[in-house]
Amino acid sequence: MCLAIPGKVVELLPEDGNLAVVEVSGVRRKIDLGLLDDDPAKTGDWVLIHVGFAMSKISEADAAEQMRVLALLGEDDDALHR
Amino acid sequence: MRFIDEFREPELITKAAQEVRRLAEPQRHYRLMEICGGHTYAIYRFGLHDLLPPNIELIHGPGCPVCVLPMGRIDDGLSMTKDPNLIFTAFGDMMRVPGTHGSPLEFKARGADVRIVYSPADALKLAQSNPDRLVMFFAIGFETTAPSTALTLMRARAQGIRNFSVFCNHVTIIPAIRAILESPDMRIDAFIGPGHVSTVIGCRSYEWVAREAGKPIVVSGFEPLDLLESIMMVLRQLNDGRAEVENQYKRAVPWEGNRAALKAMADVFEPRPFFEWRGMGCIAQSALRLRESFAEFDAEVRFQLPGIRVTDPKAAQCGEVLTGTLKPQQCRLFGKECTPEQPVGALMVSSEGSCAAYYNYEHRKAALTTLAPAL
Repeated sequence: MCLAIPGKVVELLPEDGNLAVVEVSGVRRKIDLGLLDDDPAKTGDWVLIHVGFAMSKISEADAAEQMRVLALLGEDDDALHR
Repeated sequence: MRFIDEFREPELITKAAQEVRRLAEPQRHYRLMEICGGHTYAIYRFGLHDLLPPNIELIHGPGCPVCVLPMGRIDDGLSMTKDPNLIFTAFGDMMRVPGTHGSPLEFKARGADVRIVYSPADALKLAQSNPDRLVMFFAIGFETTAPSTALTLMRARAQGIRNFSVFCNHVTIIPAIRAILESPDMRIDAFIGPGHVSTVIGCRSYEWVAREAGKPIVVSGFEPLDLLESIMMVLRQLNDGRAEVENQYKRAVPWEGNRAALKAMADVFEPRPFFEWRGMGCIAQSALRLRESFAEFDAEVRFQLPGIRVTDPKAAQCGEVLTGTLKPQQCRLFGKECTPEQPVGALMVSSEGSCAAYYNYEHRKAALTTLAPAL
């Protein structure tokens, strides 16, 4: 139920209030950005979408850091056994 | 970066699972509760529990809004369809949930105007395009969903749309966590915290879990690598004797939450003194209703509702499964009288309910060979 999916903001639609065109898994949909008023999204930003509304922005830097940490798992052990 | 495939990378999953097994101290038994139904679903869908050592036990929490909604509320919602002018709208998740006299889908088959909407905004659009009909949106969900309902109601009021109303069944997660911690047979060592609820309420809402209850809690994303990393973080805390709130899902969850969303919720909703949860009983301040200033959009004010209360079937042991005393398959009805096709108890109703998730996993084990994309 609390499923949310990542999408990339392709175009803001200022004449449509808070709507924006967001690409979700290759499909373009109109998404409401009204819940991001404190930290507005711009074209190119990734957002997390739930029931037609963007809930939060997704940080590429934090995701990259997580991947870096995960990739290092077990490396120290390997070094020890070499 | 597409934020899905990267977190399903088989080689990293293997490494992460090895690390989890390394961290699990053999003499200890770890009882971890994932609060969110989305996590329960992901754990079974990706077969993550098969990667864990036997001394890590996952207990499935109450974070499934469809599962915890008492049958009486469904009956109340469906009673509004007696008005032939009414269009009943709800998310797809609600459509198969049984009421005493059938599910919304069965009411539709008998002639009621029941429609699935993807968003509360779609229900509002339906009201705009059908000015001579009454459109009611059956709102369910935790804090992830409630802000969208709130914003939709604010727009309805701003645009003076009078034929739209909301039957509010939004619930809040913190009182449910408190109820679990206070239950006498509570045997949980640590929590995997809900990721998407936390985009709204923030990690700070759980500080009391660590401080007062002394339990570690790690707010987690929903992909296999997110969940495995969260389990690692919880194990490290338990092994070190720490109890802290940690944020595994930093890419999406700000510590303070989403202020605009919290404000929209506070402007439109107020807490109900009590709300009944299926399998858990009445929990104080655990649900939301519309404020007086939105009374004209409140289906509970607008329609005469019977206020039905239906007792959960005694034979079903949902409460014990919810608190982790029983595993889904240990319930006496599991897979016999109670199946996803014919659910008796709350947790078999939605695909995110622990019983349904476990049942579907067991029945599809053979087919579960690939990690399919999220949609």
